[in-house]
Amino acid sequence: MTWRVAEVVKVVPETPRVKTIAFDVPGWPGHRAGQHVDVRLTAEDGYQAQRSYSIASVPDGTRVDLTIERLQDGEVSPYLTDELRPGDRIELRGPVGGWFVWEPAQGGPLLLVAGGSGVVPLMAMIRARTAAGSNADTRLLFSSRSWEDVIYRDELERLRGDGLTVVHTLTRSQPSGWTGYARRVDAEMLAEVGPSPTELPRVYVCGPTPYVEAVAEALVQLGHEPHRVKTERFGPTGG
Amino acid sequence: MPPIISRGFRGRRDDAPSDRVPPGQYVTRDFPVLSAGPTPHRQLEQWDFSIGGEVDEPRRWTWEQFRALPSEEVTVDIHCVTKWSKLDTVWQGVSVDTLLDGVETAAEYVVSFCDGGYTTNLPLDDVTGGKAWVAFAYDGEPLEPEHGGPARMLVPHLYFWKSAKWVRGLRLSATDEPGFWEVNGYHNYGDPWQEQRYWGD
Repeated sequence: MTWRVAEVVKVVPETPRVKTIAFDVPGWPGHRAGQHVDVRLTAEDGYQAQRSYSIASVPDGTRVDLTIERLQDGEVSPYLTDELRPGDRIELRGPVGGWFVWEPAQGGPLLLVAGGSGVVPLMAMIRARTAAGSNADTRLLFSSRSWEDVIYRDELERLRGDGLTVVHTLTRSQPSGWTGYARRVDAEMLAEVGPSPTELPRVYVCGPTPYVEAVAEALVQLGHEPHRVKTERFGPTGG
Repeated sequence: MPPIISRGFRGRRDDAPSDRVPPGQYVTRDFPVLSAGPTPHRQLEQWDFSIGGEVDEPRRWTWEQFRALPSEEVTVDIHCVTKWSKLDTVWQGVSVDTLLDGVETAAEYVVSFCDGGYTTNLPLDDVTGGKAWVAFAYDGEPLEPEHGGPARMLVPHLYFWKSAKWVRGLRLSATDEPGFWEVNGYHNYGDPWQEQRYWGD
């Protein structure tokens, strides 16, 4: 798979720690919702570092948007979120991955369970659904630390309806008057947000490893068939 | 095409010797978890390991029989296609040579099959000759389910998706049958030193 030059066209702050960086990638072959790219940075002395990031955008010509969380002790993400400006160029290759993907033609029901920046590939699915004019029953259960940390908050508010349900849980702090969930995702919450396992939803879970482990475990306990639960994990383990 | 220089990028240089870190990898001290679905939990009484496919006689071990086989402690570097490498990991496991000892076969390939339905394919030559183990302990402790316990393959010279978690056996075959990730965009062989991550690499 070849490396391509990607030029920054736009940098959009999403939350205090997260930015979306839009690239123009000449020759981009297109992608499916849920796929990722590899990014490569090269220092002046030739030192290189690579990381993988999920694609946030729907296929649209040569445009590829990545939504990147700045990791405090990261080697690559602080550079991408703090340094890149429109006109800068990096290298990128993809799209990668044929498992954690959804296409509107596959239909619903869909249960998308996101933890923090794990929402990115799931947002690509929601955007693909909207772009295709699909009204497939789609539930997004989205765990964030606080209301300020909710990535794509306004867009999700705009897109809800037409079969799309968006449910937030805020695990660390909640705005005054918050009546929504305020705890970690658990089996009870997953059962309430649904759909029921009997409806055979396609389930996609993405987030930090301990989050995905707990959610996937709870889904199987509720009766979802393990092979219908697709997961993508990131970050270090707890142990 | 010469690489694009990223203005102002310094990077964090590993102090690891470069002959131990393949291209595009970085060294981690954590042990990240990558799995395509929920973690299976298999009771040891219901676990067995089998050798099947194109062999003169299929073989099967219960957990107790498997653990009675001679095992080795191995210290190896592992390399995940998602870019992390972990150096000097310590495992205990049964060499695949031990499991295949005396097996008559004309097969040239194996597929590791697993609880949860995962599969991955390898040339037989890549799991024999002291290159692969069925590991049941990591760092002196029983292997945790999220890392593939009760037992996983350990094939450290290839990207780590070839080291199947929750492995239940090997199926020998005359033909190469691409496994789970191999049909989903990832390289059929997966040599980290050649950076064989994806189709076409």
